[in-house]
Amino acid sequence: MALRLASRRFAPGFAPQVFRRSMATTIEHTKGEPISTAAEAATASRPPIPASKTTNVKEPSMDKEALTKTFHIYRWNPDEPTSKPKMQSYTLDLNKTGPMMLDALIRIKNEIDPTLTFRRSCREGICGSCAMNIDGVNTLACLCRIPRDEKQEARIYPLPHTYVVKDLVPDLTQFYKQYKSIQPYLQRDSPPEDGRENRQSKAERRKLDGLYECILCACCSTSCPSYWWNSEEYLGPAVLMQSYRWIADSRDEKTAQRMDGLNNSMSLYRCHTILNCSRTCPKGLNPALAIAEIKKSMAFT
Amino acid sequence: MARAPRLSGLQRDVLSLYRRCLRAARTKPASTRPNFEAFARREFGRNVGVDKKDFGAIEFLLRKGQKQLEVYEAPGITNIAG
Repeated sequence: MALRLASRRFAPGFAPQVFRRSMATTIEHTKGEPISTAAEAATASRPPIPASKTTNVKEPSMDKEALTKTFHIYRWNPDEPTSKPKMQSYTLDLNKTGPMMLDALIRIKNEIDPTLTFRRSCREGICGSCAMNIDGVNTLACLCRIPRDEKQEARIYPLPHTYVVKDLVPDLTQFYKQYKSIQPYLQRDSPPEDGRENRQSKAERRKLDGLYECILCACCSTSCPSYWWNSEEYLGPAVLMQSYRWIADSRDEKTAQRMDGLNNSMSLYRCHTILNCSRTCPKGLNPALAIAEIKKSMAFT
Repeated sequence: MARAPRLSGLQRDVLSLYRRCLRAARTKPASTRPNFEAFARREFGRNVGVDKKDFGAIEFLLRKGQKQLEVYEAPGITNIAG
C-alpha cells in the first residue's frame, strides 16, 4: 500500500484547523492552569514563572468594539542564565490581526515587544521554521488559526523537550545530527542505464508520496514520549520517515545497508506506536505508518 | 599533601571544560595563545558568581561553553579578541 495520506489535506468538508487540532492533544490541561509540563521539561529545575506574576503588555490603543484576546508566551533570555523562564501575556485586538498565530506573533514583535524571539520564514507552512507548542499541540504557527473565542487564552511554548535557545527558539542540533546519520541522499554504485537519468515507473514514484512532503519541522519527533526519553539513540518519527523515504526509493541501491543501520534495539524499535506523531503532523503526513512499513520489511527479510 | 576537595559531577564537568579550553588554546599559534587563554578565563570568570545549586543555569552555561569551544578550536581560527 502506498502512503497516500497526504491527501488527507484535501478531505471533503475542509474541517477547520480549530476542530482538527482538538484531536491532537499531546498534553491535557484544564482551563486557567498553566500547562507548564511541556516546557518545564527542558529546564527541569526551573519551572517558568506563571503568567499571573509577570506583566501583561497591552496594545497601544484599544478600540471600543475590539475583539481582545490574551496570548501567554514562554519567555527566556539566555543572556541572563540565572533568571527563570517566565510566561508573559500580551493582549491583542483580533480585528487588527491576521488570522494565524504567526500573524499575532509578528504583530506582537512589531508593535508591542521587539524582544520577543521566534523563528519564521515562509509564513505558508513550507519551511517548517515556526514549529512551536500552541495550546498544548505541536504545530506550525503559520498554519494554526487563532480561535476567535475571546475567553480562551492562547498559550505558546517552544517545542517540548528541546533545549531552548531563546524564547520560542528550540535547539535542533541533535535532530539535524540524526537526520544526517541516515544519509538522506541517493546512493548508487552503478551508473544509470541510459547514461543520463535514473528512471522510475509511476508506481515506484507513487511509493514516495506522503513521504517526500515532510518539511522536517520536528513537530512529530518532539511530541513523541519515546523520543523525549531516548532522544540520544532513538531516531524519532521525522527521521525514521525520511529513512523510509530512501528505503522505499526504487533508485537507491543501498537499501540493505540502510535497513542494517536501523536493526538494533534503539534506532527504530523504541517506537511503541503511540501515534502522537501522526496526530500532530501539521502537514497531515503519517510518520507512524512509515515506521510500521520499516518494521514490516525488517520482519520479512 | 592536602586532600583534594570532593567535587560533584557538575563541578567536575565545569573543570574539565576549562581544561579542554586551555588545551585547545595550546594548539593555537604562540603569538595569539594568551588571547585565547584570557578569553576562556574571562568567560568563566563572568559566571563565577552563579549559585552552585542553580543546576539549570550551570548546565545551560556548560552547553553554551561546549558549543563555543567547538567553534573556536577549529584550526581556521588563529586569533581572538584578547
